[in-house]
Amino acid sequence: MSIAARFAIRYAGFSLTAEFDLPGHGITALFGPSGSGKSTLLRAIAGLERWPASHLRVNDSVWQDATSFLPTHRRPLGYVFQHANLFPHLSVGRNLDYGARRAGAAARRVVRDDIIELLGIGALLERMPARLSGGEQQRVAIARALLTGPELLLMDEPLAALDLARKNEILPYLETLHDTLDIPVLYVSHAPDEVARLADHLLVLDAGAIVAQGPLAETLARTDLPIPLGEDAGVVLDAYVRERDARWHLARVEFPGGELWVRDGGQAIGSRVRLRILARDVSIALERPEGSSIMNALPATVDEIAGEPHPALALVRLNAGNSPLLARLTRRSADLLALTPGASVWAQIKAVALIG
Amino acid sequence: MLSPDDLAAIGLTLRLAGLTTLLLLLVGTPIAWWLARSQHWLKGPIGAVVTLPLVLPPAVLGFYLLVLLGPEGPLGQLTQALGLGLLPFTFPGLVLASAIYSMPFVIQPLQQAFAAIGDGPLEAAATLRASPLDTFLSVALPLARPGFITAAILGFAHTVGEFGVVLMIGGNIPGKTQVLSMAIYNHVEALEYGQAHWLAGGMLLFSFVVLLALNLRGWQRSV
Repeated sequence: MSIAARFAIRYAGFSLTAEFDLPGHGITALFGPSGSGKSTLLRAIAGLERWPASHLRVNDSVWQDATSFLPTHRRPLGYVFQHANLFPHLSVGRNLDYGARRAGAAARRVVRDDIIELLGIGALLERMPARLSGGEQQRVAIARALLTGPELLLMDEPLAALDLARKNEILPYLETLHDTLDIPVLYVSHAPDEVARLADHLLVLDAGAIVAQGPLAETLARTDLPIPLGEDAGVVLDAYVRERDARWHLARVEFPGGELWVRDGGQAIGSRVRLRILARDVSIALERPEGSSIMNALPATVDEIAGEPHPALALVRLNAGNSPLLARLTRRSADLLALTPGASVWAQIKAVALIG
Repeated sequence: MLSPDDLAAIGLTLRLAGLTTLLLLLVGTPIAWWLARSQHWLKGPIGAVVTLPLVLPPAVLGFYLLVLLGPEGPLGQLTQALGLGLLPFTFPGLVLASAIYSMPFVIQPLQQAFAAIGDGPLEAAATLRASPLDTFLSVALPLARPGFITAAILGFAHTVGEFGVVLMIGGNIPGKTQVLSMAIYNHVEALEYGQAHWLAGGMLLFSFVVLLALNLRGWQRSV
């Protein structure tokens, strides 16, 4: 299972050249600022826009090359738009059946009731789309796409049109989807927190070109990302819950770089969790910190010191037991501590977000 | 009250308006769809041609149709070659002329209704395995339903009220091409004001009811 693509997209004032191979599993985030061409690329992959001199192969079938172009309705894909685009004249149930009925044999790969339960829309089937909240509409749209039994799910900023509360309502469903279904997903987003939470693989676009790609943790830990993430710079780590402290409502999680105490999110002991540690929440000390309110400190070595867009700041990449960490300091602090690659330090971690 | 000729005129008018509306819905739907969706450079010129009968004096339209469909006109020679004979002063000729005359009243509401759907639902249908024709039938047509009702009502009502084109192309043959507005004209010419009142009053009531129906539909939709 894999996706190989080469696109050459050109219109007034914009050109995008992208060549990439993607794994045929997990969620790949197409990440970049507005206007970087990520939605255009997704539409090209779906065949909603046709660009000559492009090539696209999904698994073993060619969707587009120099001589052929498979129209959208013949591509075994699911597409979730920024706006749910439910058919207003059909009930939720008939919206769900629309694609499933037309997909024929492919639709039998998924079980209707499972998908309905997965997205929590069982109570909405008789309702008309106009009577649903934005979050509910988007959940129905996701279910409708999944019920065609797609080989590839394309999601174009599915949360961008929703307010924060609705976003937080949908994110857990997307995580469940990720854990339950074995469908590769291309997920367009400009929100670093969504990407950190959901993606396994990252494709970074800027001004019509792919500027970085690779596994999420590795790519986020790069200090040379051409689009500086600023306040959102940080790493994502996979960890396991080892202990839960009922008195302080904390959980001890373990990852290759050591152990951390985090707010107990209710996960069972032994379960796998994803941690996000922002660079601005990591500070560096030369000695093991004592008498500090910060309870998490890990021994690490300095890998690399890079500049930040603001001349006062530096981004330091640390290696804690082969797990990368990023720390944002002032350049003055880096200078005072005489940080150089290879130096042994302590990383003080002020906050860890447990994301799913 | 109404004479047999008046009743014949009413029947003929209703038949003409019904057939014209049906013809226009059939032919106008693909044209309106194309005008609403296409990016082609011909969209502007064709859109203008389709709208032309809206601003053109009916007598001008009727005159050109008469010339084109007449024995010396290119269309007239075509219909003769096809064994259809000449269309002026026949009922089929009237239907053709009415269809052209009422065309903008059917195509415009359809075009607006199709355009109002937007790309969203149509693209969603494509990603749900619906072919373009399937998308048109299962998404575009149902969503444009209000436009179809408006188009049918306007097309029908506008055809009922025509005079100039019908006079030019149809003449004034009782029972054959004499429609309602012409019957009124004949009564007035003959100073039969009483009978003219019956027909004119009926038309007034009919037009009012049509507009009322359109307004009520608009009101219902906005609730």
